[in-house]
Amino acid sequence: MSGITNLTACETASAIAAGKLSAVDVAKAYLAAIERLEPAICAYNEVFADRAMDQARQIDAAISRGESVGPLAGVPVALKDNICTDFGRTTCSSKILANFHSPYSACVAEKLLAAGAVILGKTNLDEFAMGSSTENSATRTTRNPWDTSRVPGGSSGGSAAAVSAGLAAAAMGSDTGGSIRQPAGLCGVVGLKPTYGRVSRYGLVAYGSSLDQIGPITRDAADCALLLRAIAGHDSRDSTSLPADVPDYLAELETPLKNLRIGLPKEFFGQALDSEIRSAIDKAVGTYKSLGATAVEVSLPHSRIDVGPGGQLSSYAVACYYIVATAEASSNLARYDGAHYGHRTAGPVKDIIDMYSKSRAEGFGDEVKRRIMLGTYVLSSGYYDAYYLKAMKVRRLIKNDFDEAFKSCDALICPTSPTTAFKLGEKTADPIQMYLADIYTISLNLAGLPGVSIPAGLSASGLPIGMQLVGPVLSEGTLLRAARMFEKTSGTCNLMAKMVQS
Amino acid sequence: MPQKIDNELVRHIAKLGRIELADEQVGTFGRQLSAILDYVGKLQELNTDGIEPMAHAVELRNVLADDSPGESLKPDQALANAPQRDGDFFAVPKVIDDSQ
Repeated sequence: MSGITNLTACETASAIAAGKLSAVDVAKAYLAAIERLEPAICAYNEVFADRAMDQARQIDAAISRGESVGPLAGVPVALKDNICTDFGRTTCSSKILANFHSPYSACVAEKLLAAGAVILGKTNLDEFAMGSSTENSATRTTRNPWDTSRVPGGSSGGSAAAVSAGLAAAAMGSDTGGSIRQPAGLCGVVGLKPTYGRVSRYGLVAYGSSLDQIGPITRDAADCALLLRAIAGHDSRDSTSLPADVPDYLAELETPLKNLRIGLPKEFFGQALDSEIRSAIDKAVGTYKSLGATAVEVSLPHSRIDVGPGGQLSSYAVACYYIVATAEASSNLARYDGAHYGHRTAGPVKDIIDMYSKSRAEGFGDEVKRRIMLGTYVLSSGYYDAYYLKAMKVRRLIKNDFDEAFKSCDALICPTSPTTAFKLGEKTADPIQMYLADIYTISLNLAGLPGVSIPAGLSASGLPIGMQLVGPVLSEGTLLRAARMFEKTSGTCNLMAKMVQS
Repeated sequence: MPQKIDNELVRHIAKLGRIELADEQVGTFGRQLSAILDYVGKLQELNTDGIEPMAHAVELRNVLADDSPGESLKPDQALANAPQRDGDFFAVPKVIDDSQ
């Protein structure tokens, strides 16, 4: 049975559609893998075993009746637990939503179900998607399948670990500052943050509304194209959703791009970069050149990474993000008031303000409290101009740099993360150290651009190295084709399955 | 401009954000918030004169919806997660002090 869980989502969908595999056999294989490996990985907050089997039986019945089924028929998919479903719970890995049952489903959940995907469960995350290691979860500690003493990255750590370990064929994550790409990089899988507005945010629990975007985490670039095609498109329930047609991302995927111009942002290849990661990226650029691509140096001065005298890293983009994102978070998370839904304190209260303050104190973890307080401060009277307005101006400068860079290239290549997967507990004591895990991913969210992290190989100690491809607005098709060119040549697709089989 | 976040300011921000803090948390949060503000103060190095602020990543303007009624949640659905309800209302502690 383990062979089934090593198949990609595309292979699984084709085998089911062709009658070579049944959806029930696929669901059983994944549920068996979850039973075997989940105690060691802890990727899931909730597994919908019965529901998944029911769905699989319905798909098999439809196929046996000769009915046409969707492009994801029978493919087991996991959802990050900040994506609402009208079945099971949606907890955001927070105590404040521990028993929350959403009355409706997110647009992406509806679209996946309509395409025939079998929803396996809801995956763990940093509470409200605030973190880079999934250690800020109030529910469990997810472990990296490549080395269980290390983090899976975050905040979509449960989704990345599940796809990597064969506990889901594909998964959905959300990315506000790197939360799809960084865990995908650390777990050796593919993770795409689409252009802001490409995928509807309806039913995604809001963190930083001008930055949040849902995207797929998959075994390879073809699966990423398959999943993106299923979830992209305009949705009138999200007023920031882009009214742009969805191309068939699979149609030209296998056709290599001719004359691809790669931009290498010089600010991302300075002394802050780990030498093993640098050499993996250099090698990948060499692979692209062997496929006919050219490389040019470009500059992103406002995303520059500085190294201080003590080795501490700093970046305007990270600084800008922690003002914009926390300001938006402080406003978005005001809805958790203990009145409408979520946790309410059981203790005695003086008045309604006291009820709010005690309920929130009991329900939120420390990182969420820090971000709410920081956001409250930067928006407060007397500091708004110095922090929030300043950050919105710097955000424009960051975006302008990318616009300039794309005049001379089609896509940028850079690392996904400054290091490979770090040890559990290594960065939890120092919030700024944790924030710096997103130093290469964060400026894309500010600029609204798409980016995909793909595996670029393994470090000497056997940990995955992520490489990020970045493109202009709505260039997902180009990015996925570029990713496909690389992974087919380098053999880095479906990396964990190859390791398990070898 | 980077300001020291003293205990009094931490308590004030926490109050604005409706988060009750225990006394022993105030110092820790104050130190962490000061360090983060010091870090984000780096933006002051940049000249942003004449730069238009950017609130949204991909700017759409005047997004209008059709003015037509649609399905919405039924009262029982909307109230299903309420910590406390009273008929079709969310029940909360008394808001107005009528003892005076």
